[in-house]
Amino acid sequence: MDTRRKAVALISGGLDSMLAARLILDQGIHVEGINFYTGFCVEGHTHAIRRKDRDRPKRNNALWVAEKLGIKLHIIDVIEEYKDIVINPRHGYGANLNPCLDCKGFMVRKAREWMEENGFDFIITGEVIGQRPMSQRRDTMPVVARESGAGGLLLRPLSARLLPPTLPEEKGWVDRTRLLDLSGRTRKPQMALAERYGLHDYAQPAGGCCFLTNAQYSAKLADLWQARGRRDYELDDIMLLKVGRHLRPRPHFKLIIGREEGENNYLQGYRSQFTALRTVSHPGPLALLDGEAGPEDVELAARVVARYSQGRTAPRVEVEVTDPDGAHRILRVPPLPAAEIPQEWHI
Amino acid sequence: MGTRHTLDARRQLCPLPVIRTQNKIRSLEKGDILEVVCTDPGALHDIPAWCRINGHKVVSTTTRGDEILITLEVGGE
Ligand code: SF4
Repeated sequence: MDTRRKAVALISGGLDSMLAARLILDQGIHVEGINFYTGFCVEGHTHAIRRKDRDRPKRNNALWVAEKLGIKLHIIDVIEEYKDIVINPRHGYGANLNPCLDCKGFMVRKAREWMEENGFDFIITGEVIGQRPMSQRRDTMPVVARESGAGGLLLRPLSARLLPPTLPEEKGWVDRTRLLDLSGRTRKPQMALAERYGLHDYAQPAGGCCFLTNAQYSAKLADLWQARGRRDYELDDIMLLKVGRHLRPRPHFKLIIGREEGENNYLQGYRSQFTALRTVSHPGPLALLDGEAGPEDVELAARVVARYSQGRTAPRVEVEVTDPDGAHRILRVPPLPAAEIPQEWHI
Repeated sequence: MGTRHTLDARRQLCPLPVIRTQNKIRSLEKGDILEVVCTDPGALHDIPAWCRINGHKVVSTTTRGDEILITLEVGGE
């Protein structure tokens, strides 16, 4: 029987969590990875959707990391439970709608539950003191340990020597002197360490691990909540926020307009849920209408869609409008001139 | 020879097909065969990667129009 201590490592797919797991593996600990899918993760989606990206080699970074380290990876769907974190973060948001501190607490809590169910001994993360403005500060790191219920069983190998000793260190499962004392925003020590370990080609996410740190994405989510008069979402909603251009010509409806073939195909899959518009006299995008729209609104929508078709300078463009039940009709409309599409419509 | 099972992961974007495959395999026995049908080409990369690290075997992958069929054999602990 394997009597080694077992650690569950939060694996985001980035370099820090990879190095943290590596340091613990080096101490003879059995490590398995855990990765949470919230629906906002910057994984292959948009690559899968946009035609121009389809032929690029794709990979799931967390799987890549696990394979490089030679550890198992468990990917957990937390879409439903995560909603409460995004909608009601106790500690508020970062620069955009990113609830990083609540999110970290949530993920470590889920990892703790997994650890208990699977007979593991402690949890490791790639957190570094001062790396991120909200969740990785000296004063917020204890918050994560406390609110997740992980307490002394949460070890951050990259900053461990700057933090009070955790249980795995006190009990001698892990040798504290072989852990690191990294802090601050610089990435240099991590890159040097990666070099030492011969790790290349790792992911370097800009800003954060999820779409919620993205200003444009957050604006679309805020718009969705405002238009619906309530703060909630379904997975389809947040996926659609990643696709197409979003225009809100009237408070009660918006248009999601495909920017290229891959996006049009993706939007196609939602035709049973939304009214769809597509130009038929000229090549053009597929658009979905989200909201309540009367006949005048549909006409306006058709004119906007015509504007994004190859018939934009034609006197009239034929637009097919299909309701979710499949009923369809053709409208012949003059494309809306660019000058009549105010900047404020773009979400 | 194990029993055959299928999993419909069409229209799901990665990593959902991987998650569904992982959860389905939990209820299967070593040697069982699982056929996953999906439409996200990312699954062609991710499902085999997930199988490699978790000890399952990819028997074949075929593409039929927009659909991808990945056949796996469940490995043991
Ligand atoms: S960037 Fe996103 S996934 Fe990462 S901690 Fe913040 S909210 Fe969570």
